[in-house]
Amino acid sequence: MYVAAKGGEKAIRNAHALLAKRRRGNKNLPSISLAQIAQQLTLAVDRVMAEGSLYDVELAALAVKQARGDLIEAIFLIRAFRTTLPRFGYAQALDTSEMLVRRRVSATYKDLPGGQLLGPTFDYTHRLLDTSLGVADEAGEVDDEARQADPADAAPVAMPRVTDLLGQEGLIEAAPADEGAEPFDITRAPVSFPVDRSTRLQTLARGDEGYLLALGYSTQRGYARSHPFVGEIRFGDVEVIFEAPELGFELSLGTVQVTECQSVNQFKGSATTPPQFTRGYGLVFGQCERKALSMALVERALRWKELGEEPGAPAQDEEFVLSHCDNVQATGFVEHLKLPHYVDFQAELDLVRRMRAEQAAERPADGIKEAAE
Amino acid sequence: MIEQPLLIAEGLSKNYGARIGCRDVSLEVYPGEVLAVVGESGSGKSTLLGLLSTELEASAGRVSYRLRDGRLADLASLGAAEKRLLMRTDWGFVRQNPADGLRMAVSAGGNVGERLMAVGWRHYGHIRDEAIDWLGRVEIAADRVDDDPRAFSGGMRQRLQIARNLVTRPRLVFMDEPTGGLDVSVQARLLDLIRQLVAELGLAVIIVTHDLAVARLLSHRMVVMRHGRVIETGITDQVLDDPREPYTQLLVSSVLAA
Amino acid sequence: MNAHATGAMPEITYNFAYLDEQTKRMIRRAILKAIAVPGYQVPFAAREMPMPYGWGTGGVQVTAAVLGPDDVLKVIDQGADDTTNAVAIRGFFEKTARVATTTSAREATVIQTRHRIPETPLTENQILVYQVPIPEPLRFLEPRETETRQLHALAEYGLMHVKLYEDIARHGHIATTYAYPVEVAGRYVMDPSPIPKFDNPKLDDCPALQLFGAGREKRIYAIPPFTRVRSLDFEDHPFRVQRFAQPCALCAATGVYLDEVILDDKGGRMFVCSDTDYCNERQEAGHRGEMAGEAGRASPSPQPSPLRGEGADGALNLSPTGKGRPEGPGEGTWGVPTTPSSAGDPGSARAAPSGMTK
Repeated sequence: MYVAAKGGEKAIRNAHALLAKRRRGNKNLPSISLAQIAQQLTLAVDRVMAEGSLYDVELAALAVKQARGDLIEAIFLIRAFRTTLPRFGYAQALDTSEMLVRRRVSATYKDLPGGQLLGPTFDYTHRLLDTSLGVADEAGEVDDEARQADPADAAPVAMPRVTDLLGQEGLIEAAPADEGAEPFDITRAPVSFPVDRSTRLQTLARGDEGYLLALGYSTQRGYARSHPFVGEIRFGDVEVIFEAPELGFELSLGTVQVTECQSVNQFKGSATTPPQFTRGYGLVFGQCERKALSMALVERALRWKELGEEPGAPAQDEEFVLSHCDNVQATGFVEHLKLPHYVDFQAELDLVRRMRAEQAAERPADGIKEAAE
Repeated sequence: MIEQPLLIAEGLSKNYGARIGCRDVSLEVYPGEVLAVVGESGSGKSTLLGLLSTELEASAGRVSYRLRDGRLADLASLGAAEKRLLMRTDWGFVRQNPADGLRMAVSAGGNVGERLMAVGWRHYGHIRDEAIDWLGRVEIAADRVDDDPRAFSGGMRQRLQIARNLVTRPRLVFMDEPTGGLDVSVQARLLDLIRQLVAELGLAVIIVTHDLAVARLLSHRMVVMRHGRVIETGITDQVLDDPREPYTQLLVSSVLAA
Repeated sequence: MNAHATGAMPEITYNFAYLDEQTKRMIRRAILKAIAVPGYQVPFAAREMPMPYGWGTGGVQVTAAVLGPDDVLKVIDQGADDTTNAVAIRGFFEKTARVATTTSAREATVIQTRHRIPETPLTENQILVYQVPIPEPLRFLEPRETETRQLHALAEYGLMHVKLYEDIARHGHIATTYAYPVEVAGRYVMDPSPIPKFDNPKLDDCPALQLFGAGREKRIYAIPPFTRVRSLDFEDHPFRVQRFAQPCALCAATGVYLDEVILDDKGGRMFVCSDTDYCNERQEAGHRGEMAGEAGRASPSPQPSPLRGEGADGALNLSPTGKGRPEGPGEGTWGVPTTPSSAGDPGSARAAPSGMTK
């Protein structure tokens, strides 16, 4: 006799208990603290903030810990939490020309006002495993403040943006003016294609780093090549200004760390416009240079229509690029294949059996058809 | 009764940025008339075809079309629904590359039947019979009806494309180098078939070709294009036998010399 | 979210049914629009939910938006109340909305479903909420939303029939067995979500309000009560549903959708109701299938229940309990799993995704 399972609830509970146990690992080892994650796995935390589109170092660190280091899972946790947060309003556009710069490099000028500031970078390191890191070092002075600047660091300063320098001469297209209108908010309204600039930038800014990296790479290999130069990539602190209508004045909400990349691309001109450089734009929370740079390449490729370029490359296909760049959506749908589908499978099974039976009943096809005329 | 034009183009221009695709072209096409647009590649003839069929948006000028009810409509003024209906019933478009005009993964019968289903046919048997009938007219055997075009030769694909377009009995068909890329013997057979169908159905055709022999065989009138402009127009035999423009003379003589 | 209390971190609390009231209002507006234009996909600003996209976030948001404190919620997946995802979603609403839940299709006021319509006829007092993975019926014919939007606007559905034509030309049948496209109220062609086409007739003239939520694709659509829903077909190849040759092996029901359960590795199998609540109810009412077992007696020699049109591959030696002996006191039905030692040690966590086990 058959007994049907009602094991679902119990099995789920057990699986989750097991997950918690595995997450903790060997209990003889100390539990990793959020401050340790925030301080020592900074770039993981930055990626979670960027693609989770929520600037909160502590929550991002918590998500990394809870997700056992699976960053897409951590991003997912942040997104689900973010959904529940009330919306007070929209801050003013960040003024990255006022950024207190911790790192800034330009590939277009050898030297420029403010100089090249290497800052904390993997660039030029020899990628040799450093076994000295494998030894537990002694705890220094406890510093609970996440991301407090080390007094030994040079004080960050503001410096002009390369694109502004080019812009003074009219050599590069002007950045679209901030008309003060509320931007389209992809987390509050459904996107429909074709999209405006704010939608494009938001979607890319929270898009998956690996996906944008691959698409950006493809533009360099000839699929929508636009001859990019890294005009500038900068990372530092920017003040967030909020104007509360009921107060009637602006107030500073604090600073956020962002990476901004502006690419300087192939000039074009027309009968009415003299030749000038065009730009691709990337802006990401935290220090995420690979993502900011990739975003700038893809952003520029997506602008083919307004710039009168030939379409055809994957990175130019707006609906394709933007519909598939969200890793939380992607991972959910891909992983849903693990869910039971046996009702539909049963229907297919029935059909295949029926068609096989019918085919067996028919006589073998007579002769072979002429393949071509 | 003096017949009225089916399609009228007035002052059509198209710019691609600073480059000119087509400049100030005006022409008329009458019911049952085959008009050839000839010129070298880059002369703007494909751009012109795109403008006439409203696949491209004109920078200036307009195209008017006489609808079945006799009304002459500015195509730019038609709603999307009206335009789509026009395209899938009253017009046809035969592309140079059959893969652009066919659904390559859909059977020959499905390719021909699509337009019928789009206008509301809902009886599988009838759709299939009509498809087989049209395959016969373009000399494709009935037992190929369930094969998809990937199994067809170039000439068969092109004939299938023609059947797919003609099944709704359009009044105007655009053809873009329909014999391009085919062997000479296959070309001749296809041209013969097109000529026969055009006469039988009283189709108006606007055909773009770089091949003056095609123009001579199929068309009643022709326009010669160069640098985006129409430089000569007239009865086909007249233009080919007695070209006025030096450029046309050069075109004609180069064919004769070859 | 179980925020570990880590010293300074404050406890996180959520609104009734998780979503904030503004968001619920936005979703309700989309639902109202969807009801006003039957079968039309209304874009809505789907939120990120604490379960993955593709796992029912659309259905969950619709349910959250229509759920009131007095509602009684039922959640099914593949027809069953006890499949893992159904359990997870039901648990979510128990936790965030503290609503009463049930497995009974009669008692429920809101039923969220994935892939099935209950066998028990629905009433005017019920809402059926479908989880939808891909709302666009034309998607696999035309992947671009910019283009499919046009096709819907112009009611240009010839392409859909090309697909059906091809099925018949190649297989002699319309080979679509689930997510079978329908025309709603004589206008929009709609994807009924991946329900087997067996369930399509239940969509038509249904007294309950039917709502469809696609979270990842950010679309909501609806079939208002008592709306004409027609499955697409040809005049000479009319729409037909799957039929099963034999009744449910547990409750002897006929004319219902059955799941095939593999009994052994020698081809043994049986067919039981996919709708567990329906099956359970029938068994409680005294209906007994071949394999259900009378109280205290072994089941009669069972026969497989092949689908019509499929040749039964001979007599099968079915011994469902493995040794041919009755198990348990035979109180009959959907009891506790016999999966060993799933308590205590989390190491043995073992899901029963099919809802069935020996």
